[in-house]
Amino acid sequence: MIPASFAYHRPASISEAATLLAQYGDDAKILSGGQSLIPLMKLRLASPPHIVDINRIPGLTYLEERNGALRIGALVRESDLEKSTLVRTRYPILHDTSRVIGDPVVRNLATVCGNLAHADPANDHPATMLALGAEIVATGPRGERTIPASAFFSGPFTTALAAGEILIEIRVPAPPARSGGAYLKLERKVGDFATAAVAVQLTLAPDGTCQRVGIALTNVGLTPIKAGRAEAALQGKRPDEATIARAAQLAAEESEPAEDLRGSEAYKRDMVRVLTARALRKALERAGKGG
Amino acid sequence: MRVQVTINGEKHEADVEPRLLLVHMLRDVLRLTGTHIGCDTTHCGACTVLLDGRPVKSCTVFAVQADGRELMTVEGLEQNGKLHPLQEGFMQEHGLQCGYCTPGMLMTSYAFLKETPNPTEGDIRWAISGNLCRCTGYVNIVKSVQYAAAKLRQGGA
Repeated sequence: MIPASFAYHRPASISEAATLLAQYGDDAKILSGGQSLIPLMKLRLASPPHIVDINRIPGLTYLEERNGALRIGALVRESDLEKSTLVRTRYPILHDTSRVIGDPVVRNLATVCGNLAHADPANDHPATMLALGAEIVATGPRGERTIPASAFFSGPFTTALAAGEILIEIRVPAPPARSGGAYLKLERKVGDFATAAVAVQLTLAPDGTCQRVGIALTNVGLTPIKAGRAEAALQGKRPDEATIARAAQLAAEESEPAEDLRGSEAYKRDMVRVLTARALRKALERAGKGG
Repeated sequence: MRVQVTINGEKHEADVEPRLLLVHMLRDVLRLTGTHIGCDTTHCGACTVLLDGRPVKSCTVFAVQADGRELMTVEGLEQNGKLHPLQEGFMQEHGLQCGYCTPGMLMTSYAFLKETPNPTEGDIRWAISGNLCRCTGYVNIVKSVQYAAAKLRQGGA
């Protein structure tokens, strides 16, 4: 399959890339990992006349904790996340997620920031970033701004990024003591999109009640879904089995799955319930271990 | 657009359209046909090559992205007429039947063994989970990689 012709641009800096985006508007598309974009171009589902390849821009591969947040630069690959000791020990939910995106070879190119910017409802990082309460840093003609993940996903393949804006960094708040998280994905095989997946990130108070809970769902709606009612059911409560079951039931009710080859609506909803309960238990276990 | 790449240690140049996929440059322009095109949809991994040492699916990279960079293809495994331990392993352990997935399996395994010289069976299965084989059922591929790992640990490369 051969993509349609395009003009290829290889900016050497963010400002040069932003200028190109400003110049070509909707005719331009950013190429980072390309593991979603290039397949779409080969299928001619996308035929952008201008490709802005940001891979040669220096200084975008950082993955580090600074000023109370994990900072993920625009060119951090999924495999970088997967192999990072810092991520595995401090942000196990991100480690979980990186291991179920695409397959190991795809992850060598696919970027974390691209996974958000592409905003396919089947992408995995949107839910984890919602659960983590992450922020998205964008830069554009009107300067730099920070967008909460909860305000970023406006529709399928649609984000809050304005014309000419580039996602340059994801900021994940560093987890306080007694925090834990998990991402559980039901997939038919490696490389498939989720039948359903659930992200949970929580922090316990010293008395064992839930101080902060984030729960979000993948591929069971037109956007990633933040399960606010399920979160509320746990907030300030002791996370015993009855409370977990209630939260899981609420998450299932908040999901909006559509029937497809991966299963019926009822099946997917029930998988949300099962996965939410399991992810909560795993997150609690990790919170207990100080991870 | 003029593209310069180093493939298996040798410099190559080609004049390509930006839309040309890396696998097509390798096969059709530079006539390195060891790399196979399988599914052409980023699933099967038959087209896997190393880009700056990392396995990538060359059907999902534009040739222009490889400009100025280092590539390794299956043709680069054999040295001075001597098969690489992985190639030898695939022969000895019957790691292929039709052979279509083999170049990709070899390249993914090559990079994997550099990072993980003493892998468990689970590690190997995880590493090759982006490379599909429809013949072997993977059992003999795993054995082939284990064969190569053992030989490489003994300094056999």
